[in-house]
Amino acid sequence: MAAYKGHRMNPDKFEKSQIKLYIFVIPLVIITGLPIVFIIFHAFKPMEELFAFPPKFITLHPTLDNFRKLFKATRSAGIPLSKYVFNSVVVTGIVVFASLLFSTMASYSLSKLKYKGRSTMLKINELALMFVPVAVMIPRYLIVNKMGLVDTYFAQILPLIPLPVALFLLKQFTDQVPDSLIEAAYMDGAKEWQIYLKIIIPMIKPAIATAAILVFQQVWTNLEASNYYINDDSLKTLAFYMNTLTSTSTTNTVAGQGIAAAASLIMFLPNLILFCILQKNVMNTMAHSGIK
Amino acid sequence: MQNSKRVGRRSHSNKNGYLFVLPYALLFVIFILAPVVIAVILSFTNFNTIQKPEYKGLLNYINLITSDDTFMKFVLPNTVKYALIVGVGGYILSFLLAWALANMTKGPRTIFALILYSPSMTSGVAMSVLWKILFTGDQTGYINSWLMNLGIIDEPIIWLSNAKFLLPIVIIIGLWSSMGVGFLAILAGLLNVDESLYEAAAIDGVKNRFQEMIYVTIPSMKPQMLFAAVMQIVGAFQNGQISTLLAGNPTPGYSAQLIVNHIEDYGFIRYEMGYAAAISVVLLLIVQIFSSVSKNLFAEKD
Repeated sequence: MAAYKGHRMNPDKFEKSQIKLYIFVIPLVIITGLPIVFIIFHAFKPMEELFAFPPKFITLHPTLDNFRKLFKATRSAGIPLSKYVFNSVVVTGIVVFASLLFSTMASYSLSKLKYKGRSTMLKINELALMFVPVAVMIPRYLIVNKMGLVDTYFAQILPLIPLPVALFLLKQFTDQVPDSLIEAAYMDGAKEWQIYLKIIIPMIKPAIATAAILVFQQVWTNLEASNYYINDDSLKTLAFYMNTLTSTSTTNTVAGQGIAAAASLIMFLPNLILFCILQKNVMNTMAHSGIK
Repeated sequence: MQNSKRVGRRSHSNKNGYLFVLPYALLFVIFILAPVVIAVILSFTNFNTIQKPEYKGLLNYINLITSDDTFMKFVLPNTVKYALIVGVGGYILSFLLAWALANMTKGPRTIFALILYSPSMTSGVAMSVLWKILFTGDQTGYINSWLMNLGIIDEPIIWLSNAKFLLPIVIIIGLWSSMGVGFLAILAGLLNVDESLYEAAAIDGVKNRFQEMIYVTIPSMKPQMLFAAVMQIVGAFQNGQISTLLAGNPTPGYSAQLIVNHIEDYGFIRYEMGYAAAISVVLLLIVQIFSSVSKNLFAEKD
């Protein structure tokens, strides 16, 4: 037997030896993918197929009925769907923008500027990766309440801006920007904000894209704010509205299931599209994701 | 000359650093750090949200250990089981899957990775409707219908109210959505291992892919392994919310009651905030224990 030569990750072409990998991976990929395919099928099922017995996985006559019903449905408070969409777009837009702005500024500061307390702050942010958000729901509510934010847009926006994972990934990536570039800029008389805008931002774009995905996912599907910080229905978000559709009372009726599936699909699709567009950047960022 | 002096000064102490970090730090302290501190403080009190918190010392913790039967009999064992399978098991599974994907060509790898990652995009929680439809308790439910067709069961099972099946279902959903950020980090780490290390290892006597994985691959990507471990365990606990979304709180016979649901129960149903805070602190400590085990495994020793 020939001596083992070592192999390469990321092969250029298909070889027979890879077949066993496919045998291991494909069943798991199918199991993972099926529920998502199911929800897509279900969302497009006409009434008679939703009621079909025995239930069918595949949709034979796709229809937009469920979506139409979803858009027509208004809650008892009489708030049109467009209001929820508007709230979600505003909240998500502001949070993603503010979060990226503040985290990139912080990552520049924590990675490239030297001052007292910097390494402590880094340690604390790293520790915060381990704070399970649901564990501190109650004290966070108390803070939002004490600050008088209940029933304002701020309650939906401010608590979601700091995302330790996003800052962590941005900071790791900013570490890759060569110091010599920054020193050269200093020599030319550049100020910090110029360095931030002209050097750091362009060079950490992949990490910004990744952070954008993570922040977006957090905000877009967030229920905590609408459930606990907001009593005024007209300020709640689409995620909240969709969740009321998927609650037990509606899904108990078969017709409700179709609408709920359509709602879930609407919540899921933006995430998927964003990830597909930006996935190259994600892999690039994750390469620097390690905790040392 | 003057410029280079300025560079030197700036590289030691730069007050602008505070300005740049300030907006993030402020919001971080208010909405992430302070809640943890408050949780710790409240855990030593009796607090019903209306009256002022009343100092009780360690009473909440003592009650939790000695007189909370639900916690000791159901919540803790369920949580340990769930954390081991979804946290540790899910972590091993994401490593194996990432390793298999890293050994494939780029096209299939990208597609498979996208599919495997997709459940964690919305977090299992947002997809709870999906599971409610699949596990509907009468013969119109999809799982029931399939199993009856295959002759595995004769009668439809009321999955989500059945104490025997609820925890396994929650665990399966947990595993389903566990190929998250950690999985991507491992995959990226695997693809970036320096290839010359493999050649060197082969010369040093590494004989097969398994040895290579243990002696070369994992040691050279420890930081990613650690990051992924932290993400995995936090994600697992966060997704524990699904059990009450599926079956209500408390879950039937406390069969799938996890520590996260126990917090909700005391905090938002019974309004015993002090006690709920004590449970939160225990949860944070559990995560901390898992993380320090991972740190011991993967920290770079210099």
